[in-house]
Amino acid sequence: MADALKSRIADVFDEPACGTNVSKSEQQRKKGCAKPLTPGAAAGGCAFDGAKIALQPIVDVAHLVHAPLACEGNGWDNRGAASSGSELYRIGFTTDMTELDIVMGHGEKKLFRAIREVVEKHDPPAIFVYSTCVPALIGDDIDAVCKAASQKFGTPCIPINAPGYVGSKNLGNKLAGEAMLDHVIGTMEPDEVTPYDLNIVGDYNLSGELWQIKPLLDKLGIRILGSMSADARYKQVACMHRAKVTMMVCSKALINVARKLEERYGIPFFEGSFYGISDTSESLRQMCRLMVEQGADGELLDRCEALIAEEEASIWADLEPFRPRVAGRKVLLYTGGHKSWSVVAALQELGMEVIGTSVRKATEEDKDRVVDIMGDDKHMFDNMAPKDMYKLLKEAGADVLMSGGRSQFVALKAKMPWVDVNQEKHEPYAGYMGMVDLVHAIDRAVNNPMWGELRDPAPWDEPLTESLVLPAPSGNCPVTGIPAGPSAPVTLTPPLPPRDAQPAPVAATPAQLGAFVSSATDFEDC
Amino acid sequence: MAKLVHPKRALSTMPLKSSAPLGAALAYLGVEKSIPLFHGSQGCTAFAMVHLVRHFKEAVPLQTTAMNEVSTILGGADQIEEAIENLRKKSAPSFIGIASTALTETRGEDVPGELREIVARRADFADTQIVYASTPDFEGGLQDGWAKAVEAMVETMVPEVADRDPDLRQVNLLCASYMTPAEIDEIRQMIRAFALEPVVLPDISGSLDGHVSDDWSGTSLGGAAIADFEKASRSAFTLAIGEQMRKSARMIEDKALVPYRVFQSVTGLKPVDALVRTLMGLSGMQDPPASIKRDRSRLIDAALDAHFHTGGLKVAIGADPDLLFALSNALTSMGAQVVTAVTTTQHSSMFDRMPCDEVILGDLGDFERSAAEQGADILLTHSHGRHVAHALHKPLVRVGFPIFDRLGAQDANRVGYRGSRAFLYEIANTVQAEHHRATPEDFGAQPIAEEFEHVPHATRH
Repeated sequence: MADALKSRIADVFDEPACGTNVSKSEQQRKKGCAKPLTPGAAAGGCAFDGAKIALQPIVDVAHLVHAPLACEGNGWDNRGAASSGSELYRIGFTTDMTELDIVMGHGEKKLFRAIREVVEKHDPPAIFVYSTCVPALIGDDIDAVCKAASQKFGTPCIPINAPGYVGSKNLGNKLAGEAMLDHVIGTMEPDEVTPYDLNIVGDYNLSGELWQIKPLLDKLGIRILGSMSADARYKQVACMHRAKVTMMVCSKALINVARKLEERYGIPFFEGSFYGISDTSESLRQMCRLMVEQGADGELLDRCEALIAEEEASIWADLEPFRPRVAGRKVLLYTGGHKSWSVVAALQELGMEVIGTSVRKATEEDKDRVVDIMGDDKHMFDNMAPKDMYKLLKEAGADVLMSGGRSQFVALKAKMPWVDVNQEKHEPYAGYMGMVDLVHAIDRAVNNPMWGELRDPAPWDEPLTESLVLPAPSGNCPVTGIPAGPSAPVTLTPPLPPRDAQPAPVAATPAQLGAFVSSATDFEDC
Repeated sequence: MAKLVHPKRALSTMPLKSSAPLGAALAYLGVEKSIPLFHGSQGCTAFAMVHLVRHFKEAVPLQTTAMNEVSTILGGADQIEEAIENLRKKSAPSFIGIASTALTETRGEDVPGELREIVARRADFADTQIVYASTPDFEGGLQDGWAKAVEAMVETMVPEVADRDPDLRQVNLLCASYMTPAEIDEIRQMIRAFALEPVVLPDISGSLDGHVSDDWSGTSLGGAAIADFEKASRSAFTLAIGEQMRKSARMIEDKALVPYRVFQSVTGLKPVDALVRTLMGLSGMQDPPASIKRDRSRLIDAALDAHFHTGGLKVAIGADPDLLFALSNALTSMGAQVVTAVTTTQHSSMFDRMPCDEVILGDLGDFERSAAEQGADILLTHSHGRHVAHALHKPLVRVGFPIFDRLGAQDANRVGYRGSRAFLYEIANTVQAEHHRATPEDFGAQPIAEEFEHVPHATRH
């Protein structure tokens, strides 16, 4: 590993804005945030994956992956980050390194030529060049290639140094943020600056979630100046240093960016979420408060409160028709992070019973919130092994599972409704209006008449009550032409037990959440 | 429970219905070496034949008594006799199925009586089985014509039996008018999987499945043999697909004491379960063959995957009542909502069971208006629905008759566990193909300021 990369990783692991990180000893800190990966029991993405996830939503940039085919070939066009403009980010660009490139050391030249071809064909505002394991291992210097290419072509070529083997997806997110801080942020200036300029960091506009929030900001007169990287343009990233406030969405993946924006440019940040009604309101309040502290007109706070009151009233009215359709349903949440609690309150408000919520990747504050909302910590669990989850669902310990894509089939094979709430989902559930979509999705899932039919016994699960004694088949088989041989006589099937007989004992009590121990590994990759 | 609605209008726009004689002709084509014969003017036959040819992409033997003004007024018995004679001379069919048309029915001819007289007089006609069904164009649609023709064949060709001597391994299968050759094969295979031998009446799977034969013939190229109708009296049971086949099944029971059961649908999990359960009982097989069990579990998996797309889907369907019921029932059991149902004929007892609020007895004009009002997401009807699909910008799944702008109409299979699975995939894929990419405007958000957009370099190199 190159020394520059090594020291960069050490730097990322030292995160003063993160409570968990600060409380660690020096030695622990060096080990990094991610738990060591267990061979044979790891399921998450690599650092390259994390870097790509964090940056790919920048829509007008060409994302060029310097790697043998697997890194991009197996991974492109698989996430639902939405764009309101360029579609260039959706196109997979890779150098597709071959054995010859690797053995002969042609990687750098091929990369340079690839950059030239991208510039000639697409003329993007910038090219992000991602390093991966193989070029990092053989020592391709993508920084040097990028520098040369930038000079030659006049298009900024940004090296993203996050080869897969350096660590987890989370580390990759942070390394991607570092690359933006080093090479992009502060390189362009907006036409004008206002006291209402906002950075949003850590949202990826999956299926358009940013746009569910944006009308609220539009009404308050707040402009999204910088974005990393929901529906972002390259220039928006380059201008992030001119915003007044940074909102950090969803976990601490890009906390290094938020902190360094504050250190370098004096832009305060706060952590917020747009999942759930109370969270959305709280985020708007904090955002406006910080803006006023930064010099915005104080009446913003009043307008904010008025907007919140109006939106909350209208959203509860919209949700009301769903109440009879979802009340009393038992929900098992398997997400993690702040989502452990942010939607719980709203679901409970609608009469649903949240029987458990995973606190994977949640912070101590997150866990406290779960206890706050749910009364105790009995409903919290970390990871659940797929076969335990299958058992829990199969025994109808829940009515619906809300989780990410990887537990989808655990639920479905247990003939249990499932609602996607993670990044691969196809519907946006953010802000006030997203809550209606979420509850509608739950309604559609749990009330589909299909479930009853699927759970009914198969025709052969019940004994035949009526039957004829048939003669043995005669003639040739119409398909194979094999002649009928002597066959066992067909017997009458046993009759059903008499009607007043005792019913078969029902399986004791259905499995309870508490009965399961936390699984050592995490099969759902948040 | 649906209400049957008769739109108050004089004008029919974009007909949904195909005529009853056409349905009868289709049923007659399910008999081996047959020629359907329309008793009417030659145009009645020409239109029907073109319709059939465009659907099946096959040469369809269809003939006419070529009624002219004089013969219409004086009576068409001579025309019928002459037609039979000429057909025998030309193609030597073993079966001629006659269907009346609006023209001859309006005049009011006693064709059965005249036919009796002709057959009695013409001993040389003896080796051709002749069947007549009254199918005026002004009464009912394709489904009714099909049913009447099957009833006529059962009436004429299934012998009366006094002492029952059933073959316990033989069952009758009465096919609904909407069943394609592939669907008949599917049900036939399921029956055979239980070591039962089906007698399929009528059977277009051999004649209209689209194959090249070694010889040119002016008759149908396969189908139920005339002897099959005689064999039907010895069957252990009659399986009737579609409510339209109830009367035929009952006639077989009356004549030959064969008990029957009507399956109003064989599309979707529960309806196919009911068929399988019946086959289990008939064969005494508590443990069905592995292929049946596997196909059921695969249908369940298909349902699990498809329900994300069918849940809450607003569907508009236009079809004959039995097909309308089979498809709407399968879709509503998957969480879809039938917002528009248009049908062709009121001669059905299925309306009480339709899973929608109302069924319009109408045309594709009603279909378009209702689908637009109700905001249907997807349209299911025959090929003429393409005009509606074009006007409403909604996807069309082609079902029913005619399907003339796609190949392979005879291969569509939406029955049995396997066909139901294919149907769910068909619907889910059509929904996915309509993928809408979210935009800021969808949510009422302002677009991003233009200043951030990249301006490509005007001159380079």
